[in-house]
Amino acid sequence: MNLLIPFDRLSEEDRPRAGGKAWALSRLGREGFPVPRGAVVPVEAYRAYVGPTGLRERILLELNRKPFEAMRWEEMWDAALRIRNFFLKTPLPESLRAALLAEIEELFGNRPVAVRSSAPGEDSAGASFAGLHESFLNVRGASAILERIRLVWASLWSDGALLYRQELKLDVSESAMAVVIQELAEGERSGVAFSKSPVEEDVSLVEAVWGLNQGLVDGTVAPDRWVLDRSSGTLLRHIEAERSEAVRLAPEGTRKEPLLPELRNRSPLEDGEVGRVWSLSMEAEKRFGCPQDVEWTFLGGRPFLLQARPVTAGAKGEPGSRAWNLSLRRSFENLKVLRERIEKRLIPALVKEAQDLSGVDLDSLEDEELAKVLEIREEALARWTKVYWDEFIPFAHGARLFGQVFNDRMQPEDPFRFIDLLRPGRMIGTDRNVRLEEAAERLRQDPALRSSMTAFRDGRDEGDAAVFLEKVSSELGKDTDLALSGEETRRRLAGFLLEMAARPSMPKRSGEAREDLEKAFLDRFQGMERNFAEELLDLARASYRLRDEDNIHLGRLERLRNEARDERLRRSGSVPSAGEPARAGANPLPVRPRQMVGSPAGPGLARGRARVVRDRRDLLEFKAGEILVCDSIDPNMTFVVPLCAAIVERRGGMLVHGAIIAREYGLPCVTGVPDATERIRSGDTLTVDGYLGIVVVHDPE
Amino acid sequence: MKENDQEVARAVGALLESQRVGVLGTFGAGSPYCSLVGFSFEPGYGRLYFATTRATRKFANLSETGRVALLVDNRENREEDIHEASAVTAVGPVTELTGTEKDRGAAVHLTRHPSLAGFLESPTTALLALDVERYFLVRRFQEVMVLEVKR
Repeated sequence: MNLLIPFDRLSEEDRPRAGGKAWALSRLGREGFPVPRGAVVPVEAYRAYVGPTGLRERILLELNRKPFEAMRWEEMWDAALRIRNFFLKTPLPESLRAALLAEIEELFGNRPVAVRSSAPGEDSAGASFAGLHESFLNVRGASAILERIRLVWASLWSDGALLYRQELKLDVSESAMAVVIQELAEGERSGVAFSKSPVEEDVSLVEAVWGLNQGLVDGTVAPDRWVLDRSSGTLLRHIEAERSEAVRLAPEGTRKEPLLPELRNRSPLEDGEVGRVWSLSMEAEKRFGCPQDVEWTFLGGRPFLLQARPVTAGAKGEPGSRAWNLSLRRSFENLKVLRERIEKRLIPALVKEAQDLSGVDLDSLEDEELAKVLEIREEALARWTKVYWDEFIPFAHGARLFGQVFNDRMQPEDPFRFIDLLRPGRMIGTDRNVRLEEAAERLRQDPALRSSMTAFRDGRDEGDAAVFLEKVSSELGKDTDLALSGEETRRRLAGFLLEMAARPSMPKRSGEAREDLEKAFLDRFQGMERNFAEELLDLARASYRLRDEDNIHLGRLERLRNEARDERLRRSGSVPSAGEPARAGANPLPVRPRQMVGSPAGPGLARGRARVVRDRRDLLEFKAGEILVCDSIDPNMTFVVPLCAAIVERRGGMLVHGAIIAREYGLPCVTGVPDATERIRSGDTLTVDGYLGIVVVHDPE
Repeated sequence: MKENDQEVARAVGALLESQRVGVLGTFGAGSPYCSLVGFSFEPGYGRLYFATTRATRKFANLSETGRVALLVDNRENREEDIHEASAVTAVGPVTELTGTEKDRGAAVHLTRHPSLAGFLESPTTALLALDVERYFLVRRFQEVMVLEVKR
């Protein structure tokens, strides 16, 4: 098997095995364009790796846990992370490894190279995988190159790439990846050029930055931009950037550096050079027969082509769509900016708005005033829901980014081990649980209070119990559902606290293991890299914490809206729905689950009775040792978690709230179980296997 | 039936339609036992048929317990079976057919397995009906759904 084919030996027939990028580069070279020397590791090498090692079937098994179209993007993230870990943990078969090392060594020696993806079907006119697969710059030596090849292979299964292939209806099981190895052109100035603008018919675009064009491609360095007439090459406009930084080679990889003062006021390209770059892109268009998007770099006063692919128009995405999802792939720098904005501006503004809106006595309003209040609250909720999707959810990517870096360095058995490092000392949701636990502890210690509470729960004597409940309610804060007024609700809260007090107090989780893990992780980084690792960890913790807080704050707005809406419904004579009636005693279903599959989101095994929660009002009925089955846990529901034996959630993901809180309490948890709340009934006996992500529904006893 | 229930019922039907042979599970003399059998079914899949000679271990076993399981699957003996194959197990009481019931069953069975004509005619062969109580459908390696058969 030929495991490494130099560009100049590739022919037209090799296109399917070499992938679009390698094929385009070899053709450019043959046509006389200046292209850095390189070679391709064809798809056969990929297949020789994933076949014999069993990796191929493990990937397909992971992706077939549930119908692909039923997976949420968060679940795709998780699956992609698991698959990436398979690649990290699976060595190449020895013969393949030896053969590849020898060929790479012979061709590239110790010269620095770029290692990039070249997937078949990639960079064709119908599909552009731009930015979906990984590439690495400035890699030296055969074994380092081989390691990067494995990561490029793994990126065939990144969440973005999976979604894209699903959208194009490509057969995932046939996916394979070739890899380009190319000598590094350390350009002084670099950029991209579109022979035809993706958005405007008659113009071409040239963009340029000082240094390497990595910063331009990932959006962290703003480029100078020139707009040219497509037919004549006449310069129409030059939009200058605020030049402050450049990406340059580091001892290994690349890094962003401040730009020398004398370069800040100089455009990276002279006018004549803009024309030369434009001509290259037009020439490439002529050779390939369609408009081209090229990457170039100037080296020794001469422009080199690094890549050429057909121009594809970018679509703007709705929340949840692929385009939207791709925008989630924010780089570290972007995430830092987003964090600043969320922590300093958005969250305080959200908290303040909820506070401002809450000081209204709805009962005392005239109908018209009530309608106005409802309208204001509806508008606020809609506005903040949009912020939630546009800014809070993308920021969740910070935890993912950290997970990937952690897994690359630590290669842990459990690809979600990194979550333990993100677990904060306190979260708002767990704070409330601590206060409830304290109340339960008082009940455990005080038999007289306990019997007073029992009497109160059963509708007798008030006395001490009423005072105690009043105190607990005020400690919990008037914003929580537990602090509701009304005789019935207070009796249910009494029952709930007694239930909590009836079982032993929760052991506190030790922080020791976490400190060891943090040290082990940071010790893998030296010098500048260590700063990056520390910063990334800090960012990831903020990202993880926010998954709790944004939900709580948004939940507060939602509650305010609901209060106003319910009041309006009450006045119009229709009573707000109290949720579905209990389904105990319903007819046996013709189809019932025996084993349901989701994702393992909290390790452990538990057996118990199901409590299906469709409405927050169901929560106070919760009995110790039951298994919480719900559509999705929101932070306002987490107070029952200390009573749970396990958690089953329809909504999928390792970083959804249910999974986070389950890990917090060390509970078995399975998320992403399709139809969980429809198929499982309260009272069913369940076994929850949090290692494998399986829920067994036992036959009625 | 709800849409997702119908989907389960359709998947069970499709699997039975796609296969001709299944694995019969019986129990006797303190030990479980498996055999390959050609099977056929009534419309609606409430009753499955298979045939065996009476001197076999499976016949002794099913006569002893009166109950069997029949597994029908679409594996292709490839690595991909782990995630691609699905299987359905029918369980319920089994009876040897006689009289008009046997004539009816034999006609159904021979439509699906014409080559078994001589085998079915032999006086030593028994035609058996499995009246399915429930089907267990296994897909995606681990997902198991139970379909109760209405009587």
